[in-house]
Amino acid sequence: MNLSLNFVALKTIVRKEVVRVLRIWVQTIFPPAITMTLYFIIFGNLIGRRIGDMGGYDYMQYIAPGLIMMSVITNSYGNVVSSFFGAKFGRHIEEMLVSPMSNATIILGHVAGGLIRGLLVGALVTVVALAFTRVEVRHPLITLSMVLLSSTVFALAGFINAIFAKKFDDISIIPTFVLTPLTYLGGVFYSISLLPEFWQRLSLANPILYMVNAFRYGVLGTSDISIATAYAIVLLFVVVLFAVSLALLNRGIGIRE
Amino acid sequence: MSPDGQAASCPAGTATRGAYTIRGSMHALSIRNLRKTYPNGIEALKGIDFDVAPGDFYALLGPNGAGKTTAIGIICSLVNKTIGTVQIFGHDIDTDLAAAKACIGLVPQELNMNLFETVQNIVTNQAGYYGIPRRKALQRAEQYLQELRLWDRRHEPARNLSGGMKRRLMIARALIHEPRLLILDEPTAGVDIEIRRSMWDFLQRINAAGTTIILTTHYLEEAEHLCRHVAIIDKGTIIENARMSTILRKLQREVFVLSLREPLASAPVLPGFEAALRADGELEVAVDADHSLNDMFQALNDRNIAVVSLRNKANRLEELFMRLVEGKSAGQAEAAG
Repeated sequence: MNLSLNFVALKTIVRKEVVRVLRIWVQTIFPPAITMTLYFIIFGNLIGRRIGDMGGYDYMQYIAPGLIMMSVITNSYGNVVSSFFGAKFGRHIEEMLVSPMSNATIILGHVAGGLIRGLLVGALVTVVALAFTRVEVRHPLITLSMVLLSSTVFALAGFINAIFAKKFDDISIIPTFVLTPLTYLGGVFYSISLLPEFWQRLSLANPILYMVNAFRYGVLGTSDISIATAYAIVLLFVVVLFAVSLALLNRGIGIRE
Repeated sequence: MSPDGQAASCPAGTATRGAYTIRGSMHALSIRNLRKTYPNGIEALKGIDFDVAPGDFYALLGPNGAGKTTAIGIICSLVNKTIGTVQIFGHDIDTDLAAAKACIGLVPQELNMNLFETVQNIVTNQAGYYGIPRRKALQRAEQYLQELRLWDRRHEPARNLSGGMKRRLMIARALIHEPRLLILDEPTAGVDIEIRRSMWDFLQRINAAGTTIILTTHYLEEAEHLCRHVAIIDKGTIIENARMSTILRKLQREVFVLSLREPLASAPVLPGFEAALRADGELEVAVDADHSLNDMFQALNDRNIAVVSLRNKANRLEELFMRLVEGKSAGQAEAAG
């Protein structure tokens, strides 16, 4: 593989993705900030006052890391799925397919784009959270690594969704019927210790639970699950999803006749 | 990376345009037994073979659905082949895909650009995909956008361009990495005559500078004007492949339309020629290979018929093309019957 060629190509895709995110900031950056502000006002401020403490923190403080992680996950996924499917739909994916850059570079470039949007939105939501509550990061390394890994997992998942998608409906089905329920049931708004045992065990099958809890541990120092398990699961997802994405692209599934 | 910062290497030929070192009998493009059967069972290519020499201007002609775009898709890795080999300047797409891709620039039939992206970003991004650093890409973008008269529109989104400008933008994009083989799939479809002529001039210039060009077109006049070799593909097989001059010599008969000074009441009898009077008063005369235009004029003079002007009834290549394609269909029907 020509490394210098692929490095320039990678920078080009990342630049293109950043330009895209910033060009349509009203669709990409602004709405999550509004949505999260509403979450903080309604769940954190109005309802949260009646809920009281959770995990030793007031409710607003408890949900803040979960809401930040939720916005990172959904935006990383959303960026890649819409950008890559848009390129397929508009056929400008061919610009990349005819070029000599490797398929791994195509994947990494789009994942980086998803990461950047996820982090931008995450940073904005953190600023919003600071207007409502204190956010003190107890373990910066865990916080940062978990947000990067989780963002990567969902950027890769978005990439696979875009590969299989044939119409615009197909890029909203997974976020609506899989991603959103898993996120809401992934411990963003509650500790799974509040659930009956059966539901606690079922919750452990939800990968988002590990990401939210590991991130919350990084910020607050409290978690429902083991941090080592969380890292193992998230890393496993990164490796498996990247391998699947590469295999699909190499075989031309969904992109070559 | 080459000294000028171009990382998209198309090795073997040690390419700088116009100064190729060609290894042995290496072709710009070599295709052997190329077959493509789509999942729905349609056999788009039934085992085609052809070679394109370096520096050639090559026409790939055929009716709609003949298999031209499928062949181009396979050459450019946009379509998976079923079987066969494709080599670009000696690089096999099965074993040396990146090097093969680095040699090709593609101008596709359908628009395939992000219409919300600016003109300049479209070409510089494409350069980046070929490993050309941004500074160099910006210089090249200026060069090609100037040449294709798009420089003034560089900051506008592509959706603001006219149809002809979008086609020129696709040519600039295809050339940004200075490919040794440029493939144009109906580049002048829907483009007005003035722009078409200026595109012809531009393509002839880059061909003269050493770029091998493969062109598909429905304007057979375009192929006749530009190309030195022609392959005609129909129903997934190559039915003709030769130098343009050789192919045109195969024409045994041409039909001319003559404007007459004085109208005739009926078609004259011209010994050795078939003549027919058209509804608009013009005279059609078929001239076969055994006779010359002098013979025809002599016959007309003998009957005191004065001719004001003369033109071909159909483009010569078009006439041959129709004969070949229709002849093949008739032959197949006969064989089936």
